[in-house]
Amino acid sequence: MTSTESLIDRRQLSYIAAQAADARLNVELETEGMTLNIGPQHPATHGTLRIIARLDGEQVVWAEPSCGYMHRGYEKLTEVRTYPQVTALVNRIDWLGSFANEVPFILAAEKLMEIEAPPRAQWIRTILFELSRIANVSLFLGDLGVQLGAITPVFMAFRDREYVLNLIEGATGGRFHPNFDRIGGLKEDLPAGFIDETRVVMKKLRNFCDEMENLLFGNEIFQSRTRGIGVIPKDVAMQYGLSGANLRASGVDWDLRRDQTLPMAWNKVDWKVWTHPDGDSFARCWVRLQEVRESTLIVDQLLDNIPSGPVMAKVPRIIKVPEGEAWVSTENPLGEMGYYVVSKGDLGPFRTKIRSASFNNISIVPWVLKGVYVPDIITILASLYFILGDIDR
Amino acid sequence: MSTDAVAAIPGDTLRERIVDDLRSAIGDALLDSHVKHGDDVWVRVRTDAWRSAGLALRTLGFDYFCFLSAIDWMPSPFGKGEDDPTAPTPERDDTIRQGYAGGDTRMQVLARLVHPTLHVGVNVKCDVPDTDPVVESWIPVFAGANWHERETHEMFGIGFAGHPDLRNMYLPSDFEGHPLRKDFPLLARIVKPWPGIVDVEPLPGGSDDEEGDAE
Repeated sequence: MTSTESLIDRRQLSYIAAQAADARLNVELETEGMTLNIGPQHPATHGTLRIIARLDGEQVVWAEPSCGYMHRGYEKLTEVRTYPQVTALVNRIDWLGSFANEVPFILAAEKLMEIEAPPRAQWIRTILFELSRIANVSLFLGDLGVQLGAITPVFMAFRDREYVLNLIEGATGGRFHPNFDRIGGLKEDLPAGFIDETRVVMKKLRNFCDEMENLLFGNEIFQSRTRGIGVIPKDVAMQYGLSGANLRASGVDWDLRRDQTLPMAWNKVDWKVWTHPDGDSFARCWVRLQEVRESTLIVDQLLDNIPSGPVMAKVPRIIKVPEGEAWVSTENPLGEMGYYVVSKGDLGPFRTKIRSASFNNISIVPWVLKGVYVPDIITILASLYFILGDIDR
Repeated sequence: MSTDAVAAIPGDTLRERIVDDLRSAIGDALLDSHVKHGDDVWVRVRTDAWRSAGLALRTLGFDYFCFLSAIDWMPSPFGKGEDDPTAPTPERDDTIRQGYAGGDTRMQVLARLVHPTLHVGVNVKCDVPDTDPVVESWIPVFAGANWHERETHEMFGIGFAGHPDLRNMYLPSDFEGHPLRKDFPLLARIVKPWPGIVDVEPLPGGSDDEEGDAE
């Protein structure tokens, strides 16, 4: 362990030394700066994000993401919708893990109404939530390889994500936008055969994780391009409000699934929160890989002891939410996703503040890109992992 | 939402202590508070103490910056945007009622900070003056407030004194108006009236609320 640590330290120190030397050379040679425009259409940006980088030689002196190409104004739109209609909107915030977006909003509404979903609904919600995480993050793992020049992982990721999407489609009817969560429970119960099928798929996904770990994370090129690069220390991560795997990769042991009491089933099963002390690109990717595997274990355990009973609590047909304010956030695939819902006792919310994970995660980009080399921009952005719909909302 | 009535119920000492600690740190700059037991804490601070409240909370260990935004408490003059454009505008209640921890102005800034080991959050509010909507920037306290303040400035027209660069985040730079203010109309609903209720199938229980309750 000590030898690996010192190796990482040495790598990182030599990287920093090279950065300093290059920067000095740039000053001595009086090199002319250059502005590099990445995006809006670039495969490394997961959508339409534009990054403007001011370069000096091979180094970035200043970088600024420019977002807004996909701003849909959901906060305004929720003000003219009823509570049950809002889930159809928020589905589209993080479109790779859509079911997970519905849950915190529904929980916030339920909190204001002081109702709780029946146990079976809580269990199924948690299962579908974790399935969304697996579908979301497995695509990240594949995509990560592509951005570093490895083509194979993305095929594996698409192959295995398909099984998970089939499960979500089987249960909800929608592959990407389930719109399945209701105030007080769920639209329907699980279909016949879902449990057996899910067990098989979870085994496949664990195989996929092993494959990824051997193929990608053990790869020397991958390691040398991610180790010690884009290091975010703990206190900076906290200040910028980074969340999810990005925060845990900086050594903060914090997972909202474990650390808060929500009417969900996470605290009913045994699982581990993965952290990594390094805070570099490698750590962020590694934590995500472990989380996919952990999610499959969570789903397996939940399937073992899923309670019977109804999936819908008794709620009025016309849902009026009492006056008040509520904040609920959950540990979504991308990080902390929360809704601050202000109700005035109407059919729809008075104001909804959508706190999406990627907005905070990407706001650190100007800080973290300072001084890095051009090819590292891609690995850092890939490892921070954002989805455009989740930034712009 | 009487604060005293809630505070009188014994219980959540953890969250009440947070309010007490903050009061001893910033004194009478803490105007009002609201504690929901086992749930959350709301505090409202004086406008000129906005930054020092953030700093005080950070010193108390709330060093995770969750979000910063604003709330416009004025009821929308356009309702839900479902009116018939040919009919005269219906009467609407336009009294401004602020939420938890009270308030005196139409707009309030709202931020949330979380204690990373206690796992308790604090929602901090502060009134924004109606005539000159400017509060202090939180960037010296939490660097991550930068983008949130840009977004709030763009959407609500609230200025942040000390912010280096309040450029628009989403909208074109020559865009006029502040979309999340309640008096900004939702243009999609103005251009084409919302078919809304007409298109929806009638509910089985009828449209009456008392019939609507299941069982």
